[in-house]
Amino acid sequence: MTKQEALFEFLLRKADDSLILGHRLSEWCGHGPILEEDIALTNISLDLIGQATELYKYAAEVEGKGRTEDDLAFLRIEREYKNVLLVEQLNGDFGKTIVRQFFFDHFEHLLYEGLMNSTDERISAIATKTIKEIKYHLRHSSEWVIRLGDGTEESHNRVQASVTDLSRFINELFFQDEVDEILINEGIIPDVKTFRVAFENNMNKILEEATLSLPEEKWQLSGGRKGVHSEHLGYLLAELQYMQRTYPGMEW
Amino acid sequence: MEKNNLDSLDTIFQDKVDREIKIEPKDYMPDAYRKTLIRQISQHAHSEIVGQLPEANWVTRAPNLRRKAVLLAKIQDEAGHGLYLYSAVETLGADREDTIDDLHEGRAKYSSIFNYPTLTWADMGMVGWLVDGAAIMNQVPLCRCSYGPYARAMVRVCKEESFHQRQGFEIVTQLAQGTPVQKEMAQEALNRWWWPALMMFGPNDADSTHTAQSMKWKIKRHTNDELRQMFVDATVPQAELIGLKIPDNDLKFNEETGHYDFGEIDWDEFWQVVKGYGPCNTERVSARKKAKEDGLWVREAANVYAEKRARRNKKVS
Amino acid sequence: MSKIEWPLWEVFIRSKQGLSHKHVGSLRAADEEMAINNARDVYTRRSEGISIWVVESKNVVASDPSEAGPLFEPANSKAYRHPTFYEVPEGIKHM
Repeated sequence: MTKQEALFEFLLRKADDSLILGHRLSEWCGHGPILEEDIALTNISLDLIGQATELYKYAAEVEGKGRTEDDLAFLRIEREYKNVLLVEQLNGDFGKTIVRQFFFDHFEHLLYEGLMNSTDERISAIATKTIKEIKYHLRHSSEWVIRLGDGTEESHNRVQASVTDLSRFINELFFQDEVDEILINEGIIPDVKTFRVAFENNMNKILEEATLSLPEEKWQLSGGRKGVHSEHLGYLLAELQYMQRTYPGMEW
Repeated sequence: MEKNNLDSLDTIFQDKVDREIKIEPKDYMPDAYRKTLIRQISQHAHSEIVGQLPEANWVTRAPNLRRKAVLLAKIQDEAGHGLYLYSAVETLGADREDTIDDLHEGRAKYSSIFNYPTLTWADMGMVGWLVDGAAIMNQVPLCRCSYGPYARAMVRVCKEESFHQRQGFEIVTQLAQGTPVQKEMAQEALNRWWWPALMMFGPNDADSTHTAQSMKWKIKRHTNDELRQMFVDATVPQAELIGLKIPDNDLKFNEETGHYDFGEIDWDEFWQVVKGYGPCNTERVSARKKAKEDGLWVREAANVYAEKRARRNKKVS
Repeated sequence: MSKIEWPLWEVFIRSKQGLSHKHVGSLRAADEEMAINNARDVYTRRSEGISIWVVESKNVVASDPSEAGPLFEPANSKAYRHPTFYEVPEGIKHM
């Protein structure tokens, strides 16, 4: 695998993470638990779609085969999407959406802090812009985890159930393969192994305040980074790609 | 209060309105003025909120990244506009949750246009171009409404709304200049949305019960028919420019009046949709009700947490 | 259904350095952090602000409009507080 191939693969993985999660959050639009929160979730969704767009653009350039950001976002088959399983999970109730976001934001925060120092200028520029968005997302999801965890008995039980359920997908956030090895050696991306402890400490601090806890068992689900997904992604893509598949080759 | 006293207060109030002095929340206002405003502003707020739904129906199917972001931002603006308007209603002493319950229990109305379904991507264009276009006709004069908080909310809304119509027209233009399939999609959508858009201005002046009083109070500045005419005059040339046909065989420019003459609106359809029997009335209200009910435990938890924390902070200090 | 509503907050935004915070509207939030976050999402989506104040509406004390006469009209008769009250001979500059 060349450095260029590795870079393309990495950009796709991260762009897919942002696109799929942004898409999921956009499903809340018009249905949030209160107007103010409807607007907040949409803001996060917009940030993620913006991030995806930047990453796909760069990926398309790195690939150099004349594909556009939209080709990458809309015209691949399911096996070619490389997002982690966490982001494609169904929204569930508001608490589940928040927990999914909470896990993701904590990981992204550390990853993008590392990416700001990337030897690849384009990536460090994207990271410098993105980190501000992520810090806000992290603040939003962390505050909500505390409110719901330490709120009513019902909210505590609901959100604890989501923490337990979604914890299966945490490990995959730290997935590494040859792609990562090549890019770490080039100083393009940080080694996520080095911040696994910080990730858990940061999360546990908030979970503790929220009177919540991660389950003892550490389940090890993975597959997303290799294009093997959960049952949910196919349906998501059916909607996402509906127009492009139904009316091939048209401009909108 | 003594009757004479009230009469003189009413006179002072009307005099202020006549002199274009804005009425502010704590100022004296006749009960009927307050009630009219609560009805109109909350109806306007509900329209923004329910109005999110027909467009949200296409967010997950938007054809490319740019369109997806723009559509999402636009729907989010509508939620924001609803919020500004609920804020304005709250200054009149009408609690937001009560106002929303009125919508959910069928005691309050919203713009009937949102009871029509969005069936193709071209509908996103039509909603922006025609529905937002008609809304802007209605809303620009409201920036000068006699009630301060409503007028200020409308200034904000109109400023933000200006991109909404443009993005809609951009979608339609792209289709009209596209493949035959796309052009047909645009024309078919125009055929469905044109008449409902004209209905957005409400009944003909002769049948409009509230217009005269609202104009005296300077809540309203133009009659329904005046606004409808302004909309037709503005929109027809736009359709011609991009080569779409307005579905009205009676439509013709009248050299004498300088305006377009147009056909009769199907008022039976109008009243049917207003009274709750449009294509999507049930779906729209139940979607909003469901959002509120599903969010109950969230709102409750946040309140309980805030109380707990306030208690803890007290103990510490 | 029982009624569960968050308190109402008034929102003030500073649009840029050098200007005061200005009232822009209200919103609902359960606590201070949420009020700030919501104000950011609702009232600064187009970079309208660089600083936010939120105050719970119930804590705002307002003057009574029916007292506007005694409160504000006496100032009208004190024209000598304004520079235009005074005559300055022609040719005098910087005053």
